[in-house]
Amino acid sequence: MMFRVPKTPPGAPLLIVEHMTMRFGGLIAINDLSFTAKAGEITALIGPNGAGKTTVFNCITGFYKPTSGRMALIKGTHDPAQIVATTRLGGRWSPGATQPQTPGVFLLERMPDYEIAAKARVARTFQNIRLFPGMTVLENLVVAQHNQLMQAAGWFTGLFGAASYKAAERQAVEKAATWLDKIGLTARADDAAGALPYGAQRRLEIVRAMCTEPVLLCLDEPAAGLNPRESAELNALLRAIRQDSGVSILLIEHDMSVVMEISDHVVVLEYGTKISDGTPEHVRNDPKVIAAYLGVEDEEVGIRDQGPGIRG
Amino acid sequence: MTEPSAQAANAPSLTGTSAYNHSEPITFIRQLRYAGVAMLLAFGLSMPLLALKLSQDISNHLIVEQRFLLLASAMLIAFACGLRWRLFGLRSQWPAEALYLVLSALLLFFLIRAFHGLGSLFEATLDKGGSEFLIALGLLACGTALQSALAYALHVERDRWAAALPAMPEGLAARFGGHCAKHANTGALVALVAFPFLMLALTGTAGAIKWVDNFGVQILIYIMLGWGLNIVVGLAGLLDLGYVAFYAVGAYAYALIATQVIPATFPALGVWAFWICLPIAGLLAALWGVILGFPVLRLKGDYLAIVTLAFGEIIRLVLVNWTEVTKGDTGIQTPRITFFGLPFASATGDRTFGEVFGLSGSPTIYRSIFLYFVILALALLTAYTTNRLRRLPVGRAWEALREDEIACRSLGIDTTSTKLTAFAIGAGFGGFAGAFFAARQGFINPKSFEFIESATILALVVLGGMGSLLGVALSAFAVIGGTELLRELDWLKSIFGPTFDPAQYRMLIFGAAMIAMMIWKPRGLISEREPSIFLKERKAVSGTLVKEGHG
Ligand SMILES: Nc1ncnc2c1ncn2[C@@H]1O[C@H](COP(=O)(O)OP(=O)(O)OP(=O)(O)O)[C@@H](O)[C@H]1O
Ligand SMILES: [Mg+2]
Repeated sequence: MMFRVPKTPPGAPLLIVEHMTMRFGGLIAINDLSFTAKAGEITALIGPNGAGKTTVFNCITGFYKPTSGRMALIKGTHDPAQIVATTRLGGRWSPGATQPQTPGVFLLERMPDYEIAAKARVARTFQNIRLFPGMTVLENLVVAQHNQLMQAAGWFTGLFGAASYKAAERQAVEKAATWLDKIGLTARADDAAGALPYGAQRRLEIVRAMCTEPVLLCLDEPAAGLNPRESAELNALLRAIRQDSGVSILLIEHDMSVVMEISDHVVVLEYGTKISDGTPEHVRNDPKVIAAYLGVEDEEVGIRDQGPGIRG
Repeated sequence: MTEPSAQAANAPSLTGTSAYNHSEPITFIRQLRYAGVAMLLAFGLSMPLLALKLSQDISNHLIVEQRFLLLASAMLIAFACGLRWRLFGLRSQWPAEALYLVLSALLLFFLIRAFHGLGSLFEATLDKGGSEFLIALGLLACGTALQSALAYALHVERDRWAAALPAMPEGLAARFGGHCAKHANTGALVALVAFPFLMLALTGTAGAIKWVDNFGVQILIYIMLGWGLNIVVGLAGLLDLGYVAFYAVGAYAYALIATQVIPATFPALGVWAFWICLPIAGLLAALWGVILGFPVLRLKGDYLAIVTLAFGEIIRLVLVNWTEVTKGDTGIQTPRITFFGLPFASATGDRTFGEVFGLSGSPTIYRSIFLYFVILALALLTAYTTNRLRRLPVGRAWEALREDEIACRSLGIDTTSTKLTAFAIGAGFGGFAGAFFAARQGFINPKSFEFIESATILALVVLGGMGSLLGVALSAFAVIGGTELLRELDWLKSIFGPTFDPAQYRMLIFGAAMIAMMIWKPRGLISEREPSIFLKERKAVSGTLVKEGHG
């Protein structure tokens, strides 16, 4: 609907992360991480607890500023020269990147969080669900369409009941209803989001992110705490999202069955360093990954992270 | 009420009130400790009130009278009460205990004040020093009796009420809320419009001035202020303890523009002063809202509260000290409101409202009724705007901000401008109310804009239920109307003596009501949230799910 043309063609690089490092005081949470997420694919980010996966998300979505590194989100065709030029120029994005018709580059490390969501269109969910619990399911999805509605309402012209705003609101509700249908929550549209069961809250958080019309959807452990049936529902939802809307997905997941089943590309982190990067098949057979997951399990048990700040 | 297992576990108290921890076995040492805490509390509460008294000696010099014996008696009473309580073995959960403690301290204060009211008799005995102890013993007896009754009522009866009490207001509120939304809106409006005329018919001119001005206008001012602050606190979840600053900005904007700017530029517009200044006052206050908003954007919770509180004080201190402009504590005489250019009374012989409309009688009543309708219109404007805004993206973003700021940002909502609009719009309504206040009073000085006003307005919002317009209106009605009603209780003087002033106790009653609310309705009179939009049916959201905001 409001989708930006030109879209990054499937298979072309969408997000290019280069030499990203994040330090918290003396702790190096991410160490010189580089990877590329391609358009139309599901890229999984896996690793033991405390490996720095959520921190990568927080950097990409602007909640943390990485200590160093570049994160380029490509809109349209990939042009390495344009990334270099934009970096040199010192802007947050290449000229014209925010116009609908032109290709461009967003340098995420230079943008504040809400701008990354609004302009570069990277949406995310959180490891600990962050819905608006006191608002209804429908309201959650309408709030997600804030920027579109804001354009229709202006700051205050909507006060006087402008017809254009009413139409925009109706459209927003329709979009929300479509998504609710997909996750089977239509019957609960008018209930408080905080009153939903856990699995439904997870799905709602994902479609809320989808309502912002993202090009890249970052999901932080969407299957955590779900029972097998809910897990299967989630898999179906993610596949549907990719097929129907062509959104690329960046996925953090501990459940290997989910990862191996739906992802096209896997990046493995351990103590902030990338130890493997490739197809699920490749990663599954990588001795380093096997060592990380099997060899050191006992050590890992004791160090569930408790760090402050935005967790998931 | 407590589970036996919890008592057996004897877990260390997390509340830091281990002295009251009912899971511990009662030993005499514990009782002593407990009574000691009560005594210290009484010391803290009554020290400034009882121990030192300013009075004048024969040559009219101020002297400080020391009444440490009285203080000691108060502490003794508290100690005794605390001890007695333990001995009787009445135990409950710690919030209830804290309540009793505070109540008994308040009770003490109340009784002492009441005895003061008995006048010279008490003073005479008091001055003899030695008999203070006797009086204290009498008080102890009274206090103990009252406390026993209270404890009995709260403990024994509470168990019986426990099922009914919390459920009843909840259901009532829900039904009342639903009712009001559906049928009673128009009814309420008609009642509000008819109110001044009804009063005029029922109580005559003099009575009507009192009811319309002291009750109607006064309550509506606070309803409007509560609704204005509700935008900031109730919707956006930003705890603002300095709201009175914007009220002051509005009032002084009116006073200064009407007395200085307009006479110097377009004196002919003088009669229109209020109507010209009203929008300006609102805009100026909104501007100050933004000015306050900028530095506090990054602050959350307690820090935000403290800075806004300081901001309120800064504005007041500037008003006090910038004497060339504001005339400091002397205050400013402001022109009275006019009926769209027609004055209600005129010293210079201009045609007045009464003359033009052929109405004889006191101009005050006409002015009061007009003021009533102006503030009613302003308050309704506030309510209308709030209701509209809640259904607009800005309003939804405010509520989302209250629920979860980080999630907001992840959805591309610019939280900075969202917070600033909340501050600005809330402040703007405060400014309107301020201009109205100045035009109504005919005189303003910084005394009207002290911290207690901010606290009262915030209390209205919290008591009413954050975010609920109806709740805020009800609490304003109860609190402000109740305060005014206390002035009507002159007959109490025949019991407590001529110096007894019931209105003086409103803070006490207010405090007790607040504590009771904290225990039984911690989320205010109407805690349910009305959704701003719905797909199939409008269902209220239970207050327990709604967040209070953290910034
Ligand atoms: N704000 C912060 N301040 C300090 N240290 C932090 C902060 N955020 C994360 N860390 C630390 O960075 C490291 C990586 O944490 P991160 O949350 O990214 O791990 P994760 O891979 O998401 O783990 P999990 O699977 O448990 O979610 C941890 O050691 C954590 O304690
Ligand atoms: Mg994590």
